[in-house]
Amino acid sequence: MSKFVQVFATRWGIIAVGAFIGIFAQLLQKLGNPANMGVCVACFERDMAGALGLHRAAIVQYMRPEIIGFVLGSLIAAYAFKEFRARSGSAPIVRFILGAFAMIGALVFLGCPWRAALRLAGGDWNAIFGLLGLIGGIWVGTFFLKGGYNLGRSQTTHTSVGWLLPLTMLGFLVLMLVFPQVEGQEKSGVLFYSMKGPGSMHAPLIVSLPIGLIIGFLAQRSRFCTMGAIRDLVLFRQTHLLTGFVSLVVFAFLTNLALGQFHPGFANQPVAHTMGLWNFGGMVLAGLAFCLGGGCPGRQLFLSGEGDGDAAVFVMGMIVGAGIAHNFGLASSPTGVGPYGIPAVITGLLVCLFIGFTMRQKTA
Amino acid sequence: MSAIVDATGLSCPQPVILTMNEIKKIGKGEITVLVDTVTSRENVSRAAVAQGWILKSVEEEGEAFRITITKD
Repeated sequence: MSKFVQVFATRWGIIAVGAFIGIFAQLLQKLGNPANMGVCVACFERDMAGALGLHRAAIVQYMRPEIIGFVLGSLIAAYAFKEFRARSGSAPIVRFILGAFAMIGALVFLGCPWRAALRLAGGDWNAIFGLLGLIGGIWVGTFFLKGGYNLGRSQTTHTSVGWLLPLTMLGFLVLMLVFPQVEGQEKSGVLFYSMKGPGSMHAPLIVSLPIGLIIGFLAQRSRFCTMGAIRDLVLFRQTHLLTGFVSLVVFAFLTNLALGQFHPGFANQPVAHTMGLWNFGGMVLAGLAFCLGGGCPGRQLFLSGEGDGDAAVFVMGMIVGAGIAHNFGLASSPTGVGPYGIPAVITGLLVCLFIGFTMRQKTA
Repeated sequence: MSAIVDATGLSCPQPVILTMNEIKKIGKGEITVLVDTVTSRENVSRAAVAQGWILKSVEEEGEAFRITITKD
């Protein structure tokens, strides 16, 4: 048992987890998920916000089972290996705001770090600007970390506090089963569904939920984090998490080649725009917010599954942020940035700088 | 007498930052780091070993871990 516990914490362990995500993301795309969006945490949380009616962008409404699986898979792993520990109280409001702006930045680029990697692996060269922005945002964040930026200590709390986000996800799953998609209708019971666009494209629940559960389980064991990958390299010269992220890109690329899903170029890429500066700028904001929030959007879900109530608040911030992004015209579309996307990115950066400069807590 | 770094309740990457700061500060000797998640235990251990320190012991104390690292 102890060998199994440790294997995912090794270098080969995290490479294997990155490979699994890369391969199965592309298989999910083959089975119906949107192009270069086999698994995108930001896009899928945005679709969930749409399914709940928090925004009414008709083409991005679907209760994504992968996200539900991520949280519940992590919960199962945390219990199986006695790592579930309910904790909260480390500046939740700050984490909510960071989550909301991380989502807004990601939706200006049109993808989180996971999708940036999958877009690159699919030949969408616009992702290069996004990844450079991600690195830039995290790089700025490391200066705050070095300068003593800190959101303070969390406290151990009631076990049920740690259960709230996993239970919410379970509730979403129940809603999906009670109100399944009805052919030709955009609403089923309380849930909204897309009749066209990315929200209408999805692998069958019977496949997407188990794959989500397995990824959640493996990522909890290995601590897979796409933001930590870059942060640890900049801050500590450590490449442990980075090898997992690189593995994801390499195996997603190879799977794309095998499945005929690799289409290199800048123009006409699926669910992408070619405004390089704002592909970069959106991800600077997202990268900085993820860095200040302590994890990429996937990692926040996995932490939520193991009882971290502060990560759960970050997740809620992202879902609400997606609602705001679409209601206010901040999110981009294949034609370019939304009418208010640029001022939103600038506002978000100012808010992150305010948080970074003012929240230095003594931990001694 | 070892230096003590209390990183309980702090989320990633704070436990590693505090440990690295202490490593830089004292250069050699013994440091005891208190953390309360398995992830932090792994991260602190990995970072210390990468800095050439030796992982002397890891003890479980209730919900926390007491990690002792040394360098001569």
